[in-house]
Amino acid sequence: MNRHRRRRLAAFKTVVYVVLGLFFLLPIAAMVEFATRGVGLTSPRTLVAFTSIGSDPELVDAITASLELAVITSVGMLALLLPTMIWVRLRLPRMARPVELLCLTPLTIPAIVLVVGFAPIYNWIEINVSDSILTLAFAYLILVLPYCYRALDAGLSAVDIRTLSEAARSLGASWGTVMWRVIVPNMSSAVSNACLLCVAVVLGEFTVANLLNFENLQVAISILGTGNARDSIALAVLSLVFVFFFLLVLSFLGRALSRRRGGRARA
Amino acid sequence: MSALVSAAKAEGQLNVIALPLNWANYGSIIKDFAAKYGIKVNQANPQGSSQDEVNAVKSEAGTSNAPDVLDIGMAVAWANTSLFAPYEVSEWSDIPADQKDATGLWYQDYGGYMSIGYDSSKYTVTSVSDLLQPAFKSAVALNGDPTEANAALNGVMMASLANGGSLSNIGPGVTFFKQLNADGNFVPVTATAATIDNGTTPVVFDWDYLNSASVVNLPSWKVFVPSSAVLGGYYAQAITKTAPHPAAARLWEEYLYSATGQNLWLQGGARPVEMSAMQANGTLNQTYAAALPAVSGSPVTLDQSQAASAAAYLASNWSAAVGS
Amino acid sequence: MRRPLGGRLRISTTWLGAAPFLAYTGLFLALPTVLVAVGAFSGPHGPTLANLAQLSQPYVVSAFVNSLVLSAVSSGVGAVVGAVLAYAVATGSPDGIMRRLVTALCGVLSQFGGVTLAFAFIATIGTEGFIVIWLQQHGITFYPNGVWLFSLTGLTLIYVYFQIPLMVIVFMPALDGIRPQWREATETLGGATWHYWRHVAGPLLLPAFLGAWLLLFANAFSAYATAAALLDIGGVIVPLQISRALSSEVGLNQASFAAALALGMVVVVAIITVLYARLQRRSARWLPR
Repeated sequence: MNRHRRRRLAAFKTVVYVVLGLFFLLPIAAMVEFATRGVGLTSPRTLVAFTSIGSDPELVDAITASLELAVITSVGMLALLLPTMIWVRLRLPRMARPVELLCLTPLTIPAIVLVVGFAPIYNWIEINVSDSILTLAFAYLILVLPYCYRALDAGLSAVDIRTLSEAARSLGASWGTVMWRVIVPNMSSAVSNACLLCVAVVLGEFTVANLLNFENLQVAISILGTGNARDSIALAVLSLVFVFFFLLVLSFLGRALSRRRGGRARA
Repeated sequence: MSALVSAAKAEGQLNVIALPLNWANYGSIIKDFAAKYGIKVNQANPQGSSQDEVNAVKSEAGTSNAPDVLDIGMAVAWANTSLFAPYEVSEWSDIPADQKDATGLWYQDYGGYMSIGYDSSKYTVTSVSDLLQPAFKSAVALNGDPTEANAALNGVMMASLANGGSLSNIGPGVTFFKQLNADGNFVPVTATAATIDNGTTPVVFDWDYLNSASVVNLPSWKVFVPSSAVLGGYYAQAITKTAPHPAAARLWEEYLYSATGQNLWLQGGARPVEMSAMQANGTLNQTYAAALPAVSGSPVTLDQSQAASAAAYLASNWSAAVGS
Repeated sequence: MRRPLGGRLRISTTWLGAAPFLAYTGLFLALPTVLVAVGAFSGPHGPTLANLAQLSQPYVVSAFVNSLVLSAVSSGVGAVVGAVLAYAVATGSPDGIMRRLVTALCGVLSQFGGVTLAFAFIATIGTEGFIVIWLQQHGITFYPNGVWLFSLTGLTLIYVYFQIPLMVIVFMPALDGIRPQWREATETLGGATWHYWRHVAGPLLLPAFLGAWLLLFANAFSAYATAAALLDIGGVIVPLQISRALSSEVGLNQASFAAALALGMVVVVAIITVLYARLQRRSARWLPR
């Protein structure tokens, strides 16, 4: 890349980051500004709203439940969706469009209506299987389908999986090896983005858990948020920061795992 | 009673639904009940409507997540008595006869009057028509969508009463808000504690006890009930038939209708249903009673058919009036 | 003519590969959708078309139109700006801190919505928002012609806030698939940046871009919580109508009408998806599959 183009690219990136950075961070700054106000017009700024949350045991339970759900859903998504998408691309190309439509359906129906459909199923599950909040994973796997399908599909379309799989099969690899040791390392960005979306969706999910009377992280925040206004905004900011750092840590873990497994096969 | 207490403690949990912590002091009530009896109170759907409560009863029936007790608006209570289990608290006779179901299916708990809350450091409100003045530009808000929420519907009805309408005619109220919107005085955003606090909705139509809660963060917040339109509304308690913790549910009702519970609601600015009885036998907390907003004039309340016709009118006319 | 036994066996194992997925979605997705569809046709006295007939009422039609416009604009803006941001990130170092920060931030913000997001915008550019106040102090009126934040225009802007991050995350893998060889090849053939984008990278990225845009569209179309928290002017978009039909405590609730509205939404998105599939086929015509 020549120097002229590199400079243009750098300028472009700076403008994009600054403009969009402002757009995204200003509303959050406004929330922090509101949450740190003192009572009355002339009182000094205070962090009381942020510290008043303390260690509410219900909040801790809710956070744990949400984190567990995030892990279960990500693993479930990778186990269920990824092999299916690869399989459909390789062997059932006529199913590609129906699978795509199927994966988009959870997003076409508002969650408040989807819950009406889930309720009888969950009623049966709660009575006959378990009433643990972790059963929400069944619903969450469906909710993440549209996002994860799109992220994985974008990655799959960038990899020539037909050639790769044929080459691997002709060398004697089983389908398992083809999927997990040949194709997946070539779309590590798509897989990690899909997992990131999974975790983000589960940690940010409110409607389904709320209407099924479960208490996950967002429901717990909503309950605490019906108290003091400043506390609730402070809590919302803290939850954003928490999820942000959690996702950041995951991205480091993801890179460490893929490096250990052997890295990409360069075309 | 002691048998009830031990049975409830054995159950150990209570499922409540749609109880915001700053609604009529429910935060303190829940905390006090949990501490007093060692029963864990599970809260669900804190911002839910009364209809959401009933929907949850139907869809969660038979599971351990189902609501035990309900605090609902009268319209929803009248329509869903088949879901309730009859129960009469020990203070049953202290509840006025027209404020409870004769067979014990539902019983009103607390109520208030529709009011206009306002930031007295910026505005002065002495009548509903004051709000049409140019000084109130981008200031007046409702606390919800009147086609969905009971409180917002009563807000529009109060405006109607103050502008020549009646309990069977909510039209003048809609016209009032239409005028408010055309003049730019109406802020079509749902007023919450946060928007009141940050000044986006400095004038709010809401129940007086809900408006009172905003004084905590905004000391200059005042509550005004117009004497020409004293519109009252009570909510009702009910125990569900499919309650997973029936003893805890009944203990909760006993607690709420004891002097402790009623006074906690009074502390939250609401008028407890046993208020006259408690005034007579001296158990009413006088400090809290004195802090209630002054109300003069004769109060009225919407009945079932009036509420339904008001809702039907709003369904056809509200969006057109304010959705510029 | 008898088919060879081996051939028939091969077909069934191929389908077996998709079976777990189909079984799971059959139970947890198709079943709820069917329940909703059945609800759309149910009335107090048995099956009826009355709920669907209600969909032709003017206020319902205008709600659908509003929803379509809101979704089209917010997803269009989100797709373009999100693609630009994703490109800025993808051209950086794949292990760099900027990429990690932006990706994590986009992950969080793509799911940020509801009451808190509405308030965040109210606190920023509402009538007492800190930007509005700051501009006022410098003599600039932010809202000379009425407060547009509390309208569908404002709602569109708020939707863009979570559409852009979503686009970044779902589109970035496609950008990661860009090979430096493509650029080199274009340059060897004498092409400039414009040629590269118009004839090489653009067409190769178009299918993924369209798919991501469709996702953003559906995301906006069915979004509910933010609109409910912001506006109390009645059911101006379809999810708000649905919420009124499900949760109205003043007697306007009609669960079967809510199901009919949801069915309407599915039909609309199905139509859009058919159009999208047509576009996809043309754009991916020459790609090896």
